[in-house]
Amino acid sequence: MTAQRVKFYQTGSFAVGNRLLEPDQRSVQADAGRTDAITCGHRACQGCGEALGARYVLDAAMRVTGGNLVTVNATGCLEVFSTPYPESAWQVAWLHSLFGNAPAVAAGVAAALAVKGRTDVRVIGQAGDGGTVDIGFGCLSGLFERNDDVLFVCYDNQGYMNTGVQRSAATPPAARTTTTPVVDANPGNRFGQGKFAPFIAMAHEIPYVATATVADLRDLEAKVQRAMGLHGARYLHVLVPCPLGWGTAASQTIRIARLATESGLFPVFEAEHGRVTGVSPIRRQAPVEEYLRQQNRYRHLFDPVRRDDLIARIQARADRTIRRFGLIEKKEP
Amino acid sequence: MRQQLEGSQAVARTVARCRPEVVCAYPISPQTHIVEGLSELVASGALTPCEFVNVESEFAAMSVAIGASAAGARAYTATASQGLLFMAEALWNASGLGLPITMTVANRAIGAPINIWNDHSDAMSLRDCGWIQLYARDNQEAADLHILGFRLAEQLSIPVMVCMDGFVLTHAFEEVDVAEQGLVDAYLPPFRPRQVLDPAAPVTIGAMVGPEAFTEVRYLAHENHLRALEAIPRLAEEFAAVFGRACAGLISPYRSADAELVVVALGSVLGTVAEVIDDLRDNGVRVGALGITTFRPFPAAAVRDALRDGQRVVALERAFSPGGGGIVTQDLRAALSDRDCPISTVVAGLGGRAVTRPSLRRMLVEATAGSLQPLAFLDLDRELLGRVSGGRVSGGAA
Repeated sequence: MTAQRVKFYQTGSFAVGNRLLEPDQRSVQADAGRTDAITCGHRACQGCGEALGARYVLDAAMRVTGGNLVTVNATGCLEVFSTPYPESAWQVAWLHSLFGNAPAVAAGVAAALAVKGRTDVRVIGQAGDGGTVDIGFGCLSGLFERNDDVLFVCYDNQGYMNTGVQRSAATPPAARTTTTPVVDANPGNRFGQGKFAPFIAMAHEIPYVATATVADLRDLEAKVQRAMGLHGARYLHVLVPCPLGWGTAASQTIRIARLATESGLFPVFEAEHGRVTGVSPIRRQAPVEEYLRQQNRYRHLFDPVRRDDLIARIQARADRTIRRFGLIEKKEP
Repeated sequence: MRQQLEGSQAVARTVARCRPEVVCAYPISPQTHIVEGLSELVASGALTPCEFVNVESEFAAMSVAIGASAAGARAYTATASQGLLFMAEALWNASGLGLPITMTVANRAIGAPINIWNDHSDAMSLRDCGWIQLYARDNQEAADLHILGFRLAEQLSIPVMVCMDGFVLTHAFEEVDVAEQGLVDAYLPPFRPRQVLDPAAPVTIGAMVGPEAFTEVRYLAHENHLRALEAIPRLAEEFAAVFGRACAGLISPYRSADAELVVVALGSVLGTVAEVIDDLRDNGVRVGALGITTFRPFPAAAVRDALRDGQRVVALERAFSPGGGGIVTQDLRAALSDRDCPISTVVAGLGGRAVTRPSLRRMLVEATAGSLQPLAFLDLDRELLGRVSGGRVSGGAA
């Protein structure tokens, strides 16, 4: 199923639907009986996109599976802020092993469940972008090529935020991190590097690959529901802004995530067996400058000297992504 | 049934009879024949139910085993050398989480220089990772120690490494009695995990522990290892009662009671050592041997009890610590600190160099005469050293 979209007259924006929908179409989070798989009291920063994303992903998965879920977590913010011994924010069976092995550990859990005939219990692996696209990538590729029955979720905040904002292979060009500093004419993270993991996931021709952001939480829930309705290796890549690492106000997380998609820098799409099957079109295209300006990690593009050259290169990236996915619908003549 | 079998096949068949539910496989010499054997047993339906997972690295192999074990399945894998080191991080994790995984290590040297042959550098370099380490002297023992290993691991929630010398044992054809299924079932009960990932009773496994409790976690791990020292002899006795043959437990003394000199060693070299001892005894030289079967936890009390004041000790080591010396030697010194037992270290058989009877004999004669250097390298080729080091050669040789 695709998400039921509800238009709020107040803002003209798509948002988490609730009272305007039939009860069975309301969001998981609007349901008082939701699991709260990651419950309140954890130690995430204010405005953390990852905590929000994980909450939506897991509660949706818990609803789909009737609570028959086991989760495996890589080392990272999500693990650290949720389990300071002797506390735990998890109300779901949860295992953390190492930084780079969450996909393999999840595969092991799936193998154990398979051998015990517990096909009713499903497995989700989750990691940040470092644990997914960098240190965990070998294990992730192994999971994909074996087509193990695991949904792996990457919460992408475009850097190593837990260790203090270092560059990962998911850090975009020109972003300032503590290991891609802005010194003199140095533009921050280099252009021409980095990888977009969803493409590489698709190259494995696994049953389902999707991207989402915390700006469209109904879409995120729908994609989790779709993913959990399938078997085999599935991959969900969720853009989750990080106020600390991106230099944004805690109140702006959703707005920034929406600008990432509306600028065309982060495409939201679904793919099955290596083929794109659907995209979320951009309704109002935003120039990348609107997205960049709100983040301190890009301040050097505007201050002290405006770097039109770099802004243009980023705009070109966005334009290319828009064309590649057909994110802007052609207007009727 | 006794049959002529390659060591790897004996282990594969024995492991299969231990009914592992998840087997993770990544090839590396000289371990590969073991997982090949298991893959065939799973594919043919002889081992069922079992998930055989072909992984992309040893790091993944141990990680899949971690996930499977935490979800309540009996998990097994096998590795060697670089593979063991590649999974090092996951080994600490498995023991820290108290996951009773059993693994075969087909001991092999560590590069560089790359070398596929046998020594103990791989397992010794993971000495402190919290796993129990058992060393087999022959293929019968290698097979049997797996049965004992699974039982021990699951009884104490500690992972167990069964170390068998690469090629020397893994590729050697010997007569082995592969334990019968009924007997294995009688000895090894189904796996009952201490805690398990269960949606019906969700637990958090692998939380972040800070300074306020980390020492206590490590202390409990040490206590658990000390419990293994008590459990292993009992499990070995029970093994003998069920299977009708002895299985080594902590140590295995050989003609050591009245010996003036005792060779302490691990693994297959003990066979050669025993032959040399018999030969020397025939010539009136009172020598004996002490095999260390359980290296971690180190059976210090058993070693103390097996040796007495005045006995000279030679630690025959198939690995060493550059800049330090013998690794087993350190444990022997600690165990014998209040004993009058002079200890020498002889490093032998590195990277597959054969430990021959004539060389051992020569070394032991030298040792009984008291002329052995504190740290010696058996069969050190001084001519070769001279060629590669431009004539700068120092240190002892035997």
